[in-house]
Amino acid sequence: MNKDELIAKLKVIIKPYTSNIEAYENLSENTDFISDLNINSANLVDIVLDIEETFDILIDTTDMQRMLDVKTAVAIIQSKLDAK
Amino acid sequence: MNRVVITGLGVVAPNGIGVPAFTNAIKNGVSGIRYDEQLQQLQFSCQIAGKPEITDELKSKYFTDLELRGFNSTGILYGVIAGIEAWENAGLPIEKNTEPDWDTGTIFGTGTSGIDKFRESIYKIDDLQTRKLGSTVVAQTMNSGISAYLGGKLGLGNQVTSNSSACATGTEAILMAYDRISSGKAKRILAGSTSDSGPYIWAGFDALRVCSSRYNGTPNQGSRPMSATASGFVPGSGAGALVIESLESALERNATIYAEILGGSVNSGGQRGTGSMTAPNSLAVQRCITDSLKNSGISATEIDAVNGHLTATTKDSLEIENWAKALNRFENEFPYINSLKGMTGHCLSAAGSIESVAAVLQLHEGFIFGNTNCEDLHPEISSLISPSKVPLKTKNYNLNIIAKASFGFGDVNACIILKKFDNELL
Repeated sequence: MNKDELIAKLKVIIKPYTSNIEAYENLSENTDFISDLNINSANLVDIVLDIEETFDILIDTTDMQRMLDVKTAVAIIQSKLDAK
Repeated sequence: MNRVVITGLGVVAPNGIGVPAFTNAIKNGVSGIRYDEQLQQLQFSCQIAGKPEITDELKSKYFTDLELRGFNSTGILYGVIAGIEAWENAGLPIEKNTEPDWDTGTIFGTGTSGIDKFRESIYKIDDLQTRKLGSTVVAQTMNSGISAYLGGKLGLGNQVTSNSSACATGTEAILMAYDRISSGKAKRILAGSTSDSGPYIWAGFDALRVCSSRYNGTPNQGSRPMSATASGFVPGSGAGALVIESLESALERNATIYAEILGGSVNSGGQRGTGSMTAPNSLAVQRCITDSLKNSGISATEIDAVNGHLTATTKDSLEIENWAKALNRFENEFPYINSLKGMTGHCLSAAGSIESVAAVLQLHEGFIFGNTNCEDLHPEISSLISPSKVPLKTKNYNLNIIAKASFGFGDVNACIILKKFDNELL
């Protein structure tokens, strides 16, 4: 899976959690989940669960705590997929 | 001491969702009690219940899609719908402001919160799936869940809390709001209570053998307060909400004033004397009523009507005796009395608030709703008060003062005195 495909899948997962439609439409690697997308920090837990299910991977707490923007999320998902 | 009034009403009752439907239901004796297949499958002795029917369309009016993901708390569902209805009914705006409304809070009680969510979580936890519980288990199952949801939706900056005193919870919440406003600590409190639906909340009562089990084939006859053939209460659920406000603030906003709260009292029988965990200490019940009169500065003869607790158990006659003794009014001197539970069942922690909404509607619109399933008034009751004081059909009647009481497990009591508000007397 290339990076663009991965971001496209991530975008679908994130949709229900964001209230900032404009930032969501313009989502890029540099988008921050909390400051740009206004995602409630507690919902990051739900996003991680959705990512785990979609990609069939396991994300530990240390990785989860680093996953605050699209770039880091993509890197973590990619590394988990590569390790499979 | 500030004068305190009621400026908004909201209700989710088994026999009516929203104030217009509920008003119509109580005037016309519409029953909200239905056969419950789940209770039958689980082999409950009582297989009928009063459960509000909430459509998905209504849900999505009050909750976002995100809030509804993994949402499984009927108590929060009912409480939010009733609470927001009361808020909008009071003409108050829901603003997307950055600062909360420091002068307004909520005291919204419940017995338990999100019992179905709790059950769902317990299964996952025991299946070693704790990490997959998701982010909302705490918010849905903490007892203050309902006040937290309402506080966030409305941006409330005063006290945000949930009280809990069994079946007296709703009436107590209104009195707590009254105290806070009359002492000047808040201008406005969204007061009310809610109760979860379903077997996991009702089973304990079924086990106590205090539920109605002889009317499974005729659900709308199952809840029979004050009747000679009453055989226990029908479990119910729902929520009631009232915007309680200082008279000054209500007049400033030019709000509709539904009634004034003159005062009231909460106490406990301490599980002494005739009192126990499950039975009332009659001295405490009578004292709660007389203290309410004193606190409100009125005499017993000024009470036009009583909205009782009257659940349809064997304790109904004792409750009537306690009212008669406390008011020192017997036979024809006794005020009119009614019980909502004939139409809704016993909505447990929501009972006090739903019934208070009914009491306020009676004052505001000038009627007394009829007692359902009470054609055969219990002889112990007719030996104390005249049967004419227990109307079977709704009648138009210009009431001035209503006493509303609720009693609960733990030997706890709450009584409020409500008065019709007349703008012209200002």
